[in-house]
Amino acid sequence: MTARIGVVTFPGSLDDRDTQRAIRLAGAEPVALWHKDKNLHQVDAVVLCGGFSYGDYLRAGAIARFSPVMETVIEQAKAGLPVLGICNGFQILTEAHLLPGAMLGNDHLHFICRDQKLRVENAGTAWTADYEAGQEIHIPLKNMDGRYVADEHTLDKLEAEGRVVFRYLDVNPNGSLRDIAGITNEAGNVVGLMPHPEHAVEPLVGSGRTDGLPFFTSILKKLVNA
Amino acid sequence: MARVVVDVMLKPEILDPQGQAVQRALPRLGFEGISDVRQGKRFELEVDGPVDEAALARIHDLAESFLANTVIEDFIVKVESEEAAAGAAK
Repeated sequence: MTARIGVVTFPGSLDDRDTQRAIRLAGAEPVALWHKDKNLHQVDAVVLCGGFSYGDYLRAGAIARFSPVMETVIEQAKAGLPVLGICNGFQILTEAHLLPGAMLGNDHLHFICRDQKLRVENAGTAWTADYEAGQEIHIPLKNMDGRYVADEHTLDKLEAEGRVVFRYLDVNPNGSLRDIAGITNEAGNVVGLMPHPEHAVEPLVGSGRTDGLPFFTSILKKLVNA
Repeated sequence: MARVVVDVMLKPEILDPQGQAVQRALPRLGFEGISDVRQGKRFELEVDGPVDEAALARIHDLAESFLANTVIEDFIVKVESEEAAAGAAK
């Protein structure tokens, strides 16, 4: 049986189709989920994709966090459902307190769009098993509010527990504390990151690399083995 | 109708590049002697009915869970109009 991976579309989501495509390329079945629908339609995992949910009014991800679909996502994520938040999805996950810390405007105040070098720090999460710890990858990055912040205690705890999943290499594009590009929750089923792996799954587009594909094969392998 | 104001500011330890950009522009505009600027948000809530303790408590919850992200922001709730202040005192 093929794994079913849901992709939530909020008003203002931009990368739902790209994310569905990445899931299909990895060999899973993408399932379109709607922000007003509490029902997750028996998916095995959920991706919160990039974009500007509800216009990012108030704060990035703050309004989406209270959408009907998120009631179920929050409940299920706490029960172990694998959830990946990419960019705006990461912002939603911090607003929902499924991941610690918060996302703020880039320290230089500009929108940024670049191929970003990252180091995979944790290959033990549901979404990173097909990487190796220490591996360096290139993933496109595009955001306005990508500055990850948390208090010192939280940052120390994340480091000590190996919950920093990705770190920016060479350039810190947004002022994120300790060069953090992505983190996971304690259980390792919820992962959020700012760069966009769904834009690096085919050699013909973007950076010409497919460094993002392992996200979607990792979760597929986890679900098939589960 | 009464007005309740919620002021939201980034916590002092959080870098505020917007405020810094404003501060850096000041000398160019002829404003000297302002060493720091921080930029926040102000919400003006028009409340139906009396702003009593229960209403204020609900607005406090709203501010804490939604208007402010208390991981990065502090907030203050205050009743603005006199009419509302009388309501709050009841």
